Amino acid sequence: MRLRFIFGEVFSGLRRNGTMALSVVLVTFVSLTFVGAAALTQMQVDKLKGDWYDKVEVSVFLCPDNSPKIQCSSGRATPEQEDAIRAVLDDGSVAPLIQKVQYESREEMFANLRARDASNQFGSLTADQMQASFRVKLTDPTQFEVVADKVRGMNGVETVQDQREIFKGLFSLLNAATLVAAGLAAVMLLAAVLLITTTIRLSALSRRRETNIMRMVGASRGLIQLPFMLEGAVAATLGAVMAAAGLWLSVRYLVEDWLNQSVTFVDYVGAADVLVVAPWLLVVAVGLAVVASLATLGRYTRA
Amino acid sequence: MIRLDNVSKVYARGARPALDDISVEIERGDFVFLVGSSGSGKSTFLKLILREERPTSGDVHVAGRHLNRLSSWRVPLLRREIGAVFQDFRLLPNKTVFDNVAFALQVIGKKRHHIQSMVPETLELVGLAGKEKRFPHELSGGEQQRVAIARAVVNHPPILLCDEPTGNLDPGTSIGIMRLLDRINRTGTTVLMATHDDEIVDQMRKRVIELKGGQMIRDQDRGVYGVEQS
Repeated sequence: MRLRFIFGEVFSGLRRNGTMALSVVLVTFVSLTFVGAAALTQMQVDKLKGDWYDKVEVSVFLCPDNSPKIQCSSGRATPEQEDAIRAVLDDGSVAPLIQKVQYESREEMFANLRARDASNQFGSLTADQMQASFRVKLTDPTQFEVVADKVRGMNGVETVQDQREIFKGLFSLLNAATLVAAGLAAVMLLAAVLLITTTIRLSALSRRRETNIMRMVGASRGLIQLPFMLEGAVAATLGAVMAAAGLWLSVRYLVEDWLNQSVTFVDYVGAADVLVVAPWLLVVAVGLAVVASLATLGRYTRA
Repeated sequence: MIRLDNVSKVYARGARPALDDISVEIERGDFVFLVGSSGSGKSTFLKLILREERPTSGDVHVAGRHLNRLSSWRVPLLRREIGAVFQDFRLLPNKTVFDNVAFALQVIGKKRHHIQSMVPETLELVGLAGKEKRFPHELSGGEQQRVAIARAVVNHPPILLCDEPTGNLDPGTSIGIMRLLDRINRTGTTVLMATHDDEIVDQMRKRVIELKGGQMIRDQDRGVYGVEQS
């Protein structure tokens, strides 16, 4: 009886305040879309990091013939210098941080270049102009500086390059995008809270007659307030469902079907990731409604 | 059933008290008129019993509960022991007679079969059998007040508070309402009725408590409305 009563009240309340309820649905929809977009961008960043950091290496470039660097003053790196560097990487204190060391001779580098240079842009180059290097794969890519410090400055080492540098710009762009989405989400969430508050207040005022009678005949405060809370929660949940559906559709058709085909070297977030985010959107929506009701109802349905 | 011990109520600091050192006891099954002009403190008296207000000093006991110490979440339980009827009926216009009465039981969580049997029984008691499906606007004032009384007593509360229940009704209709309240009183319900209606008070010859300027100036068994104070 009580459940039927509560749900009856909720739906008559939503019907009566139709336009307000609709605006709550829309505002939560937009705000949670931004929240979800921020979360997905961050997931994309993590995915790229995991993906690319797996592939990136620290390149220890050895001195070529005519390098202006001091440690290259003796000319091209000698086999003895190469052995000393290899010894540091293989057996030194940094060895635990290193997963794999691979030596790439000038000839190998040249061969790799030729293999990739299908249009023969670099046809005039010779193996002599290439630069030998150690390709070091780290167990933890963030430990780059520790390893780099060990070999940097050794005789025969021209430069040490962290390939992660190449991605830094992209990641800071994506992080900025996350921040923008999160900022907009925060503003929209505030708007949603205020709107839900106003809606609940209007609803409570328009049903004063009922709530006064309920108080008079001894209905518990919970029973008096629950329909209003649920009203906000139902509207907010509807907004969250719409946001999740919107995100799912955009990821499914924009990212999976379109971006994946046109820019293929990146591993993108997928529709499955949206399903991870969606429950949190629901939690946020219900949380918003509860906070807004608690802030409002005490005053309008006092016992 | 209802006991006030040295109760005073001051709304605003420094203002004249709405109730000034009232001590009164109303026994189970009593029928009591609370009379006095506007501003004499009748409404405050009723609000203290419903615990819509708390006394500034003194103790209020209602239905075995000490209201000064009643925690706010228990207030609804107190109100289930008190039926209340008002001058303006306070019916829900979009609900039928049956639903208006059933509403009082629904919101305190009564089972459906319980409601299905109690509501018709109560409507019969107040003389509205056969009008279950009418809406309040289709009824006369007297009938609307009967619906309100039915709603107040459907859960068989031991106390019935009436705040000017005949204030909006013509004398003939009022007599009908008073007969009904008398009948309810005879079933053991304590009835406390605030009123201006001297004819009714004179006719009924029940206990009369008169307030004036927040003070109790008379408590008389089988009293009449207008005894001039000498």
